[in-house]
Amino acid sequence: MLHIRKNKASCRQSGQKKGSTVLIFLFLSVLGIFMFFPVYLIVVMSVKPVEELFVFPPKLYTLRPTMKNFSDMFEIIRQNRVPFSRYVFNSITVTVSVTVLQCIFISMSAFVLAKCQFAGRKLINSIIVIALLYQSNVIYIMQYMVLAKLNLIDSLLAIILPSVASPMGLFLMKQSISQIPDSIIESAKTDGAGLFRICWQIVMPNQKPALMTLIIFAFQSSWNMQSGAFVFHEQYKTLPTVVNQVSSAGLARAGTAMAAAVFMLVPPVVVFTFAQKHIIETMAHSGIRN
Amino acid sequence: MLKKIFSEVVKNRECYIMLAPFMILFFIFTVVPVLMSVPIGFTDFNMVQSPKFTGLSNYTALFLSDKIFIKSIRVTIIFVFFTGPVSFVLCFLIAWLINEMPSVLRTFFTLIFYIPSMANVYSVWRIIFSGDINGYINSFLINIGIVTSPVQWLTDGNYVLVTAIIVQLWLSLGAGFLAMRAGLQNIDRSMYEAGAVEGISNRWQELIYIVIPSMKPHLMFASVLQIVSSFTVGTVIQNIVGFPSTDYKAHTIMTHAYDYGWVRYEMGYASAICMILFIIMYAVNSVISRFLGKYTD
Repeated sequence: MLHIRKNKASCRQSGQKKGSTVLIFLFLSVLGIFMFFPVYLIVVMSVKPVEELFVFPPKLYTLRPTMKNFSDMFEIIRQNRVPFSRYVFNSITVTVSVTVLQCIFISMSAFVLAKCQFAGRKLINSIIVIALLYQSNVIYIMQYMVLAKLNLIDSLLAIILPSVASPMGLFLMKQSISQIPDSIIESAKTDGAGLFRICWQIVMPNQKPALMTLIIFAFQSSWNMQSGAFVFHEQYKTLPTVVNQVSSAGLARAGTAMAAAVFMLVPPVVVFTFAQKHIIETMAHSGIRN
Repeated sequence: MLKKIFSEVVKNRECYIMLAPFMILFFIFTVVPVLMSVPIGFTDFNMVQSPKFTGLSNYTALFLSDKIFIKSIRVTIIFVFFTGPVSFVLCFLIAWLINEMPSVLRTFFTLIFYIPSMANVYSVWRIIFSGDINGYINSFLINIGIVTSPVQWLTDGNYVLVTAIIVQLWLSLGAGFLAMRAGLQNIDRSMYEAGAVEGISNRWQELIYIVIPSMKPHLMFASVLQIVSSFTVGTVIQNIVGFPSTDYKAHTIMTHAYDYGWVRYEMGYASAICMILFIIMYAVNSVISRFLGKYTD
């Protein structure tokens, strides 16, 4: 008797859960449409013919999609003295090195800061929070002076090195690793594993969601990094710098600017989708934790 | 004494070796520039001549004679109030709701909600909010008959701040949201099972007794992120409603620093502005992390 009632109860519960899942789905869909709308517009406007861009009422679709905006964009970029492939190469070099170096350096530092006791740990942790919060436009000037002292101005390293030292990524990883129970690390230590092995073989495999997030942050920010004030030679400039030249010409080039935006958006979306898929797969497989 | 420090370092050498690669770069490219920039606030520095020490005069000028600075503090506070907490709660809520979805939909929704932060293209917002009848919002409002003539979203002093807040909310969901998703994915499945055994029967109880307490570190991270992004907002506003905005209605502290630093080249003054902003953010962060720490323990 009791057994049956229990079954009934759990049935009702799962029914309730299903009902509210549908509600959540509807809620997310409505909100998602609002969030996605501007991105949708960017994509539509990138394939709209110029004469359709400024009509009343503005249309949400086009019946005559064209690739002209994209070809215009490449045409404008080609007018530079430096071949397009050079910008692509620079951007890929910057993005890959920043992402890889950040993952390796930050993972190790974050693990040590979250889980080891040593002199100076508290100090470093508070310096990181301060560095996160201290935003000043004078910092760039000082970074320039430091880079000049090190003779790094006008090289790709001037873009790569400062962005590897991101306090944001470190803070994220440190927060996430701090949740791992101390007992796991202690037992690994008594088994004779060194800190380096504990970090890479025990802690990091458990931190895939945070690591993927770090990869996405690093990839996205370095991919969108403009060469800025540290690089003067055209041959060391990155893709966003030239793409921005395309879109800075005002509304007359609105379509081309949107094409440039779509072009820049594709790689991060691909990386993001890949990372997401990876997270969910590993979550499904890692039944044994703790 | 020295011997003691030395033996401590030797004992923990593995820690220091693992810290070194990041910390060396962090020290050279972040800590040193930050330390170098602090004294600039006490000088008169125009980037051409070397800085001249002027004591506290930048700071006294800011509070005593710069009316626009006082105005910018007010704008920033309004801005932070409407974007910070709203965005933080929304980030968490959306991340949690997505986590309750079946796995295919999870990937899909995460992508939909995260794409805006990857496509930080301001020009599309200028077209959406455009002041003529070609703007998407204006044409929509005219079509359904709410307004008869186009609204100047980007230039009318009554609307510029609202427009900027909407765009900032749209942009700011990204990073915090993703960190919270990672936090949710890290929660051990067995916690839910254990909770079910102990009588947790619906989502809300799960949220309060299991999810929030085990997400404390990620909530802290997201709150710091939210503080930074809402207090230091400037570029977004400048791109959307122009610089300077009508009647300084959307003039934030960071825009003010930009004005003095990169338009008038008064770096000492700009640096003092940033210092005050930092002090405000540090204070807010201490209060919030204390509160979060207390609540989630």
